[in-house]
Amino acid sequence: MAPKPQKRKRTKHAKTKMTLPVSEEAEPLNMESMGHPEIYPLVLTTKTQEIFNCRVDEDVTEEQPYKLIKKEDIFVDFANRAAVSDFYPVKKIVQEYPGDELLLVYDRDFKYGLNFYLIGTEEGKENYLNPPELPEEQEEYKDHIPEETYIYRPPISKPWVSLGSEKEIEEESVKESTKQITYMISRKRSEFGAPIKFSDQNASSVKDAYIECTAYSDKNFTLKQLERDVGMQVVPQIKETSTQTRWTHPKNAATQYYPREFLEEEKEALGQSKTLTEFLNSVSTSVEIALQQNEIMNTFIHDWKCLAEEEGTFGDKTDTHLKEYQSFTDLHSLTEKMITCVSWHPVIYGLIAVSVAVRLSFEERVHFSGKLLLQPSLILFWSFSDPIHPQLMLESPDDIFCFQFCPTDPNIIAGGCINGQVVMWDITAHADRIENIKAGGSRSKKVTLKPMFLLEPESNKEAIYIRHCAVSSIESGHRKVITDIHWLPDTFEINRLGNVFENRSGISCQLVTCSADCTICFWDIRPQKALTPQPQAEKKKEESIEIPFDIPSTFLHLDLSWKPLSKIRLSKGETTLDHCPTKLSLSEDNLLFKAQEKILAQSKAVKAGEMNPYQNLENALSNILKPIDDFCTKFFVGTEEGEVIYTDWKMERDPETGRFMAKKPVSLYTVHDGAVHTVQRSPFYKDIILTVGGWNVAIWKEGIMTGPLLQSCCAPKRYTSGHWSLTRPGVFYIGREDGYIDIWDLLEKTHEPAQSQNICITMIMYIKPWTFSAKQQFIAIADYYGTLHILEIPWTLSHPSTNEVSSVSHYFEREVKHLEYVEQRRKIREQEKREMELELEKKKVTDFLIFWLHWIFHALW
Amino acid sequence: MKTLVNFFPDLFQAEVEETLKRIQSHKGVIGTMVVNAEGIPIRTTLDNSTTVQYAGLLHQLTMKAKSTVRDIDPQNDLTFLRIRSKKHEIMVAPDKEYLLIVIQNPCE
Repeated sequence: MAPKPQKRKRTKHAKTKMTLPVSEEAEPLNMESMGHPEIYPLVLTTKTQEIFNCRVDEDVTEEQPYKLIKKEDIFVDFANRAAVSDFYPVKKIVQEYPGDELLLVYDRDFKYGLNFYLIGTEEGKENYLNPPELPEEQEEYKDHIPEETYIYRPPISKPWVSLGSEKEIEEESVKESTKQITYMISRKRSEFGAPIKFSDQNASSVKDAYIECTAYSDKNFTLKQLERDVGMQVVPQIKETSTQTRWTHPKNAATQYYPREFLEEEKEALGQSKTLTEFLNSVSTSVEIALQQNEIMNTFIHDWKCLAEEEGTFGDKTDTHLKEYQSFTDLHSLTEKMITCVSWHPVIYGLIAVSVAVRLSFEERVHFSGKLLLQPSLILFWSFSDPIHPQLMLESPDDIFCFQFCPTDPNIIAGGCINGQVVMWDITAHADRIENIKAGGSRSKKVTLKPMFLLEPESNKEAIYIRHCAVSSIESGHRKVITDIHWLPDTFEINRLGNVFENRSGISCQLVTCSADCTICFWDIRPQKALTPQPQAEKKKEESIEIPFDIPSTFLHLDLSWKPLSKIRLSKGETTLDHCPTKLSLSEDNLLFKAQEKILAQSKAVKAGEMNPYQNLENALSNILKPIDDFCTKFFVGTEEGEVIYTDWKMERDPETGRFMAKKPVSLYTVHDGAVHTVQRSPFYKDIILTVGGWNVAIWKEGIMTGPLLQSCCAPKRYTSGHWSLTRPGVFYIGREDGYIDIWDLLEKTHEPAQSQNICITMIMYIKPWTFSAKQQFIAIADYYGTLHILEIPWTLSHPSTNEVSSVSHYFEREVKHLEYVEQRRKIREQEKREMELELEKKKVTDFLIFWLHWIFHALW
Repeated sequence: MKTLVNFFPDLFQAEVEETLKRIQSHKGVIGTMVVNAEGIPIRTTLDNSTTVQYAGLLHQLTMKAKSTVRDIDPQNDLTFLRIRSKKHEIMVAPDKEYLLIVIQNPCE
């Protein structure tokens, strides 16, 4: 198609012609992609809309969205505005348009992208104006609108109206205030380009080379200070001097001193001097006055403070019942189990270890021994956060009847088996697993128990079975069940003869066990020095034993070859029967209640990178130890027959045979009607011991040989377990065989328990209280059916009243005096009895004499 | 008086002992000791290490107290020193040559 020549109208406005950079052959954009090749979308600005009278919503509305525009008008617009014209993109189409008028449609919905579109063909125009009956058109066409002819109105000049802008313009304009200075500098032409020589010059040498403005103090500006605030102090004359020492290298220097003392003779001499007597005479009056003042009244007492009880109440003060907190049962075990021993973890909050044993009598055990071998005997670790799954399970070769955490390292546990073996566990490898248990996750009183099938896939923690580390030798240990096991504190050590030495290794490394075979054994966990060199064959045998991988080798030297350090047989003298010990209590036993800080400090030291002393037990042997003098080597033992024996572990040389024999017991009392199952020292008084057995309770004081301080009368039900309270000195808990717990308070009543509460339906096997904080104290009660109940001790039972310690100790002193009085009275009574008998004898003789005399007289007369 | 001492040395000694015993028997008294001017104990009812410790410390304190009193008023002098602590009360009676120290537990 040949492009038509454009009509250019020369307008009055002289504008620079813009050269159109777009080539004539460029095709405008059309909507071919949408199936309408004749539609050309356009943007029309408001100016264009005004020019062509197609203003939105005025000329072109929704009812009449189109306008017919003359081609000539568009050409006029092209001429006027050239490339600025909105119709420029469709210029080619407009030029080629056959007809006279083009159809411009307002695209209200922006269907084609822009606000207007142009129909480029006659057919399209016809189709738009007269829509066919076919439904392919989507838009609705409106009616014709009458065409408007476009009239060009040139702009009319109007007079300028000032709106105040000239003032701003005047302010902003820059005007020269002074005339600009012009300089003209000239030089002789011959001097151009000559070489230049520069030199220095002092400014002051040339006259008027510079003008100076010297500073001077102007009298007008000086201020005279009339008042001044100054602090004064009298100080001694100070003179500062310094010296330098000649420092070559650091050297340790030590000083040792001893105090000056008088010798005995000098003391005597001085004691007899006159000056001393005079001095004492003059001084003693004032001293005695002062002493009496104190005796009369304590002037420094805070009456107000002593009036009230300590600290605000937590919870109800009248509430004296133990509240159920949680209970644990092992749901996975196949046979019925009972709990034999309970121990709280000394460091970690909310962790309690329980040893379970099968609930069968001896005959049944023998009968089912095959089946029992297949089930592992366990110590379970329960945590408050998970009532269903135990955190750890320690395996042992046979049922454990007693166990204890090591006081210096809570990852070492020693237990006594039913077959007489001592078993050791080392759970250091799993320590972080149990430490990171979120304790107290479910603090609500209700234990949320989910059904088992819901729990199994969710819990990703599998039950870990930890095998024991070492067991004692079967031949040389105990023969029957071990009934009690204790760690010796780390303050002393014992050798074979029972002599006490100081413990340099800083760890508890010795154990004492007592068993139903009537012996008490002392064990040492360190490797024994071999007395005789072992034959080669034995060594080879030992090497072939392989250790399973996950067992720590802490106690490998002890495994199966561990012999006791010494054995004491509790014999009853000449008879072959022996005492059968059930529980022991050594003199420094109460350390378990307060060991927490010490263990924490020690475990922190271990974590800080020092070597765990339990891994290097050989080092501990090499110390040469100093013996401790005047150490009390006596201890209390409770037996199966209900006796309480106070005996000594030190061996003495038997004069007849020359061997070392155990000493005879110092005292023996049969106060209980059944086996003694609790022998425990009070946590507050080192010499008060509680023994529980049979149907009654007895309290003893070490050193008083005449009998127990307190012996309760027979209770209606048998007592099966007992424990002192950890915070109140006069309170202890006794468990009965019908599931009741009796709480005794010595300050309230001494003839019967102060309170009785039902815990479970069956016999209570073990009671163990524990203090976590001043506000929280728990008591763990284990029953015969294998359930462990954790109860919270209320405020009244856990907080001592003021002066309770002294009140209880006064009570014990009174009881001691009472015993002495009874003893004295007994002696007096015996004496009186003797006297009475003598009297009677005398009377008999005199009566007989009188009667005889009477008879003689009668006979004579 | 000196001859009396030579003839009846026991008299004075007995008096000393008797006075000390009397003081010791007061209620709550834990210990009594007599110390010379240099802080060396002469008589005591406590064990050696405790005595030596008390003597050394209290002697220094008494000297300090005495000098304090005399610094404030040179004509004044220290007659008695009582130290009350949480657990007990220490009473010190100073003299030119000796010091009597009594420790008492005043609480009932």
